[in-house]
Amino acid sequence: MHFPEELKYTKTHEWVRFTDEGTAYIGITDYAQDQLGDLVFVNLPAAGDDLTAGEPFADVESVKAVSDVNSPVTGTVREVNEDLADAPEKMNEAPYEAWFVLAEGITDQAELMDAQAYEAFVESEG
Amino acid sequence: MELKRTPLYETHVRLGGRIVEFGGFEMPVQYPTGVIKEHMAVREACGLFDVSHMGEVLMEGPDAVKNLNHLLTNDYTEMEDGQARYSPMCNEQGGTVDDLIVYRVSDNHYFIVVNASNREKDVAWIQAHVSGDVKVTDVSDSWGQIALQGPKAEAILSRLTAPENIPEKSYHALWNRDVGGICCIVSRTGYTGSDGFELYVPADQTAALWDLLMETGKDDGLIPCGLGARDTLRLEASMPLYGHELSDTISPLTAGLGYFVKMDKPDFIGKAALEAAGKPLQRRVGLKAVGRGIPREHQAVYAGDKCIGQTTSGTHCPYIGYPAAMAILDREYAQVGTRVEVDVRGRRVEAEVVKMPFYKK
Repeated sequence: MHFPEELKYTKTHEWVRFTDEGTAYIGITDYAQDQLGDLVFVNLPAAGDDLTAGEPFADVESVKAVSDVNSPVTGTVREVNEDLADAPEKMNEAPYEAWFVLAEGITDQAELMDAQAYEAFVESEG
Repeated sequence: MELKRTPLYETHVRLGGRIVEFGGFEMPVQYPTGVIKEHMAVREACGLFDVSHMGEVLMEGPDAVKNLNHLLTNDYTEMEDGQARYSPMCNEQGGTVDDLIVYRVSDNHYFIVVNASNREKDVAWIQAHVSGDVKVTDVSDSWGQIALQGPKAEAILSRLTAPENIPEKSYHALWNRDVGGICCIVSRTGYTGSDGFELYVPADQTAALWDLLMETGKDDGLIPCGLGARDTLRLEASMPLYGHELSDTISPLTAGLGYFVKMDKPDFIGKAALEAAGKPLQRRVGLKAVGRGIPREHQAVYAGDKCIGQTTSGTHCPYIGYPAAMAILDREYAQVGTRVEVDVRGRRVEAEVVKMPFYKK
């Protein structure tokens, strides 16, 4: 299991990579994709949609089940990774490259952990 | 309720199987390879499944056939030794108590295989409705069951047993056959839509047979498969699953299983209700998602603003490569080619009624 140092993590297994204070990429963690299994579909928001920290903004589907993806931040969707819709397996293969959205205008964030804290959290869950 | 374990529980844990509850058992839903690879292995090479949770019931005695014909909708009059025959089992209202497979072992001796989650209900139902000289025994705990499924299944099995121990035809089985030194029932059946075998094996030798099969088949691409792949495979092959396409209130005719309901047979439980109901108002159909999204079970299906039924199962099907569902719809919308919409968590996904099965070997 992989926990890149430069990312922040949520308790609901999303990662966030801030490019500056108000802008960040968002995706799901290695642990999340491992738990979900083979992902075959992602339902993404549109550019301009609002994001609310701790609220679902997308969902991912494995062959077995549907799971919500929560936003780690409050802000607006600037860009959506449309490639993910055509190749959902990228979320399994490279979860930290498979970003869902680029958020901008960030005004608030959920409770975020650093890599070490998140790794400990995952261990406590497993 | 305490969960049961099959004789292969330790094997699944050793192989990294992710364990979930199913039908009162702790079963592997998938192994580290994942559901898609497991599914594809069965279509293109071979997969190995633990199906020991299934129930086995013996029916013996001079009145066995008479009772089977009374309890079940299919006709058991003309059968050869070793032959297997699928049937729904109806209640008095024409709903379905379970769907099962009956093997004729020999004259007056039948072996019935039922769904794990219905085992107690079925045995009680059968006991309550048999008459005459017949004995019913639940032997589930004595048997393990391993399914070897896929185009390479026969080649793998051939390395462990003589050709005369392999049934040539599907839905036939051979009793007391030596497979790698273990005495098995070798049945050419399965729940995947691919060729393959189900091996019934004494519970205490199930783990040994599993290891032997895995070792023998590994160069052919044989991998262990969990319940996740079992479900996507049966859906791709459009096979009903009890609790989804069949239930106490869904009749086999609604489920499109009329072939297994012999209305010209003398009386059987549920016949009067099925006759009185006439042509069912709703029918099971196959749906192919045309729009983006994956229909899942228990989602409403619409034609415009009108709700015309509900999905019973649905997922992304790895081999055919598109999301497919089964649904029970008002009859007038059951024609192949009909366009409908499925309410996928508040979003309408367009789908088309297509011919079943989605996959045929």
